[in-house]
Amino acid sequence: MSTSHADTHEGGVEERFDVDDPSLSRFELVREGARRDGVEIVHYAPRFPVPGTKAEKRVERSIALLLVLSGLGAFGFVAAFIWWPFEYEAGQNASKFYTPVLGLGLGLALVGLGAGIISWAKKLLPEEISVQDRHDGPSPRDEQSLTGATIVNLVDETGIRRRPILKGALLLPLAGLGVAAVAPLVGSLIKSPNSPEPILLHTGFDPQFNGGKPVRLVRDDGTPIRPDDVSVGGQMTVFPGIPHGATNEFADSPTLLIHLREADAEAAAGRSSALNKGSQWENFVAFSKICTHAGCPASLYEQQSNRLLCPCHQSQFRITDNAKPIFGPATRPLPQLPIAVDSEGFFYAKSDYKEPVGPAYWERP
Amino acid sequence: MTPARKRRKIDLAKLPAATGQALDDRFQGATPLRRLFNKVFPDHWSFMLGEIALYSFIVLLLTGTFLALFFDPSMSETRYDGSYAPLRGIEMSKAYETSLNISFDVRGGLIMRQMHHWAALLFMAAIVVHMFRIFFTGAFRKPRELNWIIGLSLFWLGLTEGFAGYSLPDDALSGTGLRIASAIVLSIPLVGSWVTTSLFGAEFPGTEILPRLYIVHVFLVPLIILALITVHLGLVVKQKHTQWPGPGRTNHNVVGVRMFPKFAAMGGGFFMIVFGAIALMGGLLQINPIWLFGPYKAAVVSAASQPDWYVMFLDGSTRLMPGWDIHIPIGDGSMIPALFWPTVVLPGLLTVLPMVYPFIEARLRKDRQAHHLLQRPRDVPSRTALGAMAIAFYLVLLISGGNDVVADKLNISLNAMTWAGRIGVLILPPLAYYLTYRVCLGLQQHDREVLVHGVETGIIKRLPDGRFVEVHQPLAAATDGHAHGELEYAGWTVPKKMNRLGAIAPAVKGFFFPVEKPATPALPPAATPVSPATAPHELEEAGRPPQ
Repeated sequence: MSTSHADTHEGGVEERFDVDDPSLSRFELVREGARRDGVEIVHYAPRFPVPGTKAEKRVERSIALLLVLSGLGAFGFVAAFIWWPFEYEAGQNASKFYTPVLGLGLGLALVGLGAGIISWAKKLLPEEISVQDRHDGPSPRDEQSLTGATIVNLVDETGIRRRPILKGALLLPLAGLGVAAVAPLVGSLIKSPNSPEPILLHTGFDPQFNGGKPVRLVRDDGTPIRPDDVSVGGQMTVFPGIPHGATNEFADSPTLLIHLREADAEAAAGRSSALNKGSQWENFVAFSKICTHAGCPASLYEQQSNRLLCPCHQSQFRITDNAKPIFGPATRPLPQLPIAVDSEGFFYAKSDYKEPVGPAYWERP
Repeated sequence: MTPARKRRKIDLAKLPAATGQALDDRFQGATPLRRLFNKVFPDHWSFMLGEIALYSFIVLLLTGTFLALFFDPSMSETRYDGSYAPLRGIEMSKAYETSLNISFDVRGGLIMRQMHHWAALLFMAAIVVHMFRIFFTGAFRKPRELNWIIGLSLFWLGLTEGFAGYSLPDDALSGTGLRIASAIVLSIPLVGSWVTTSLFGAEFPGTEILPRLYIVHVFLVPLIILALITVHLGLVVKQKHTQWPGPGRTNHNVVGVRMFPKFAAMGGGFFMIVFGAIALMGGLLQINPIWLFGPYKAAVVSAASQPDWYVMFLDGSTRLMPGWDIHIPIGDGSMIPALFWPTVVLPGLLTVLPMVYPFIEARLRKDRQAHHLLQRPRDVPSRTALGAMAIAFYLVLLISGGNDVVADKLNISLNAMTWAGRIGVLILPPLAYYLTYRVCLGLQQHDREVLVHGVETGIIKRLPDGRFVEVHQPLAAATDGHAHGELEYAGWTVPKKMNRLGAIAPAVKGFFFPVEKPATPALPPAATPVSPATAPHELEEAGRPPQ
C-alpha cells in the first residue's frame, strides 16, 4: 500500500531512494530530505559522543538551573503583580518598588528562559554544518519568454492598443476615481489659516476678544497685575485677561512682562524701533514669549545681561534692544506688546501685537 | 482495512503520524514544510542586530496594546483627581490624565509604559546599528537594493511613529515637541500655513491633533511598519541571507545551520533575552517621568528639553543652522524661514541619498553582478570612509542636539558649543573620511604582510653576526624555490596571533576543579609554539619584505 506512493516524488533524484528500506537510519532519511531541498548536511556530530559524561551532566544541570530561575522569576512576577502594594503613596514605601520588582521578576523569567534555550541549542544540539545551494540568478530564459508572452498577450487581448476610443474613455473614470479617493480625506481635513479669520495674525490681546475693550495683562490664575507686583529686574509671564486667556486655546499669547532697571529702561527706550515706539510703559516692557524661531516659550531671562534665552534651540534675544536675536538660529526680534496702566492701576495692552508672533512662514507679512 | 476490523480506541503512538497524514491529505504540506525546516542560515553575531529590532517591535505591539486599553487621546480639559497628590486639582487634558492614571492607578501600568518607551528606543537603535552593518559589509548590493530601501523606510517610519507616541501623553515635553513640529510644518514654502492649520484643525495646538496622532500611532504607521517588516523578512527568505567569505563558502551557496532545530532555537532564545532586557529596563530604569513635567502649557518649558535620541540629530541641526531667512520680494513679499533647511530639506536629503546609494555605487564601480558574499569594511576603503563620514556628521548633530546639557555639565560656554558644532559639522566628516581611508589601507596591508611572511611569534633570535630578528610563523607550506609559500587574501580574517593557530593548549573545563581530563593537546605544551609547518631553518627572519 505504501510502496505505491514511493515513486511520486523522484524528480531530480539520481539514484532511486527507497524510503521504506528498513535498513535506513532515521538520519539517512533526514539527510535525503535535506538533499531533495538542495541542502547537503556536510557535518553533523553529537556534542557528547559518549552519553552521560560528567561534562554533559554539568551542561544539563546549568541549563536546568537557568530554566528553574526563569520559572521562579515568572511566578515571582505574578505574585508581586497580585500582592505587592501598587497604589501610589507619597513618601518612601513599598509601593515605590512595585515597578522595579515586576521588572526584576519578568526580566529574570525571560532572560533565564532565553539563556536556557540558547545554551541548550549551543551546547547540547549536534554540531552542524549544512550547505544549501543558493539557486540565485534569474529564471531560465525560456521561462522568462513564456511569462513575457503571457503578459503581453494579456494586454493585447483587451485590445486597448487597437481601440483608442476606449483608451481615452478609460482615462476619465481612472482619473475621476483617483481624485474621488483623495477628495474626502483632503477635502475634510483642509482648513484655511485665513478664514473665517486670519488666526496666525492676532493673539488673545486683540480687543475683539474683550468686546472691543483693551485687554488686561493677567497672571495664569486670571488676576490683574500692578506695576508694584514685579520687582526691579524681575519678570513675570502674563496672559490676556479674557476667558481661557491663560490656556492653550491662546497658545500664541503668553507674554513676558519685564521690569527693567532705570538705566536699562532708558537704553531700551532710546533704541526703540519705529514699530515699537511707545510700547514701553515707564520701566516696563512686554515681549512675546513665543520664540520667533520654532515657537518654544523663550523663558530663561538673564537679569544681568538683559538676555532672554530660548531653551529649545538656544536663540538669545537682547531685551534692551527691541528683543533682537543676538545668537542662535532665530532671525527676527520678539514682537513687543504695547502696554500701559489703566485708571485702576492695572496693566493692559494698548493694542494687539503689531506683527505676527511666533515662527515664520511663507506669506508672513 | 475493512470496516469490520475498525478499532475505536485511539492509538496514541500512531496519533502524530496519523495527524500528519490527515493534514497532508488536505494541505499537501509535506514538501514545503520540510523545505522550510531545512532552510540554511549562516551564523555570525552581526546578523542578530536586525533581529533585535524585530523583537523590540513585537514587544512594542504587546505593551502598546495594553496601554491603548487605558489611554484616551482626548484634549478636552479635566481636573486631575488621581493618586498622584502633587498634581491634584490641576487642569489638564484627558490625554495627560489617562497617562498619569496608567502610571499610578493601573496595576502594572507604569512598567508597561516604561517598557513601551524603552522598546521604542531599542527598536530605533537596533535599526541604526543593523543599517551600519548592512552598509559597511556591502550587503545592500544587487540583488538586495529593494530591501535596503525598505530598511531605510522603516527607520523613517519608526521615527514618525516614535514622535507621534512621544506627543501623546500631552505633558510639557510632548507639547513642546509638537510646538516645534508645528513650526517646522509652518516653514514649508507656499503651503506651510495651510498644512499646519489643516493638521492641527485650528491654530496650534487646537483640540484635534492628539486624536489624529493617536490613530496614526496605533493603527496607520504600525500597520505600514508591519507590512514592510513582512516584505523585508520575506525577501531575506527568498533571496537567502548573505554570508561572510570562508572555507567552502561561495557566491552560490549558503553555509550554516538549518532553520530547525538550531537556528530557530537560537532565534527564540534571543527573543526572550531581548524581551527580558526590555523588561529589566522598563522595571529598573525610569524613563519619561511625565508626572514631573506637568501638563503642557504653551508658556511653560524647562531647560534641557531634549527629544528622544533618534530625533536629537534633527534638533541638533536646528540648533546649528544660522539664521538665514530667504526673502523673496515678489508681490507682497514671501520668505523661506531658515528653519526649513535643517528640519525639512536635511531629512529629505537623508532619506533620498542613502536610498539611491546602492545604484550610484554599482554604476561607479560598473558592477552588475549579484553579490551574496559580504565584504570586510577594510577591503572597500572608499565606502567605509564614506560611512564614517556620515557617522561623523550624524554624531556632531546628535551631540549638538544636547549641546545645552553638555555646556552645563562640562562648564563650557553654550555659544562655544554651538560654534563648535557649526565648525565640527563641516570639518569632522572629511577628516573622518581621510582617517578611515588610511586605517582601512593600513589594515589591508597588515593582512597581506601576515599572509606573505607569517604570524609574529614573539620569539627573538640572535643571529651569529649579532643581529636580532623576530621569528615569524609562516601560514603556508614551502613551495619550490621559496622558504615558504604565500597565501592569497581570501576576504576573511587573517590569523595574527599564535593562539589562533592552535599554539595554546586547550583550556581545562570546570570552575573549581576539572570536570574531565583535558583532551590531549594537538601540541605538547612543552614543545616550541612554532608549529612544524616548515622546518625551523626555513623560518622567515624579519618582519619586513626583503627589499
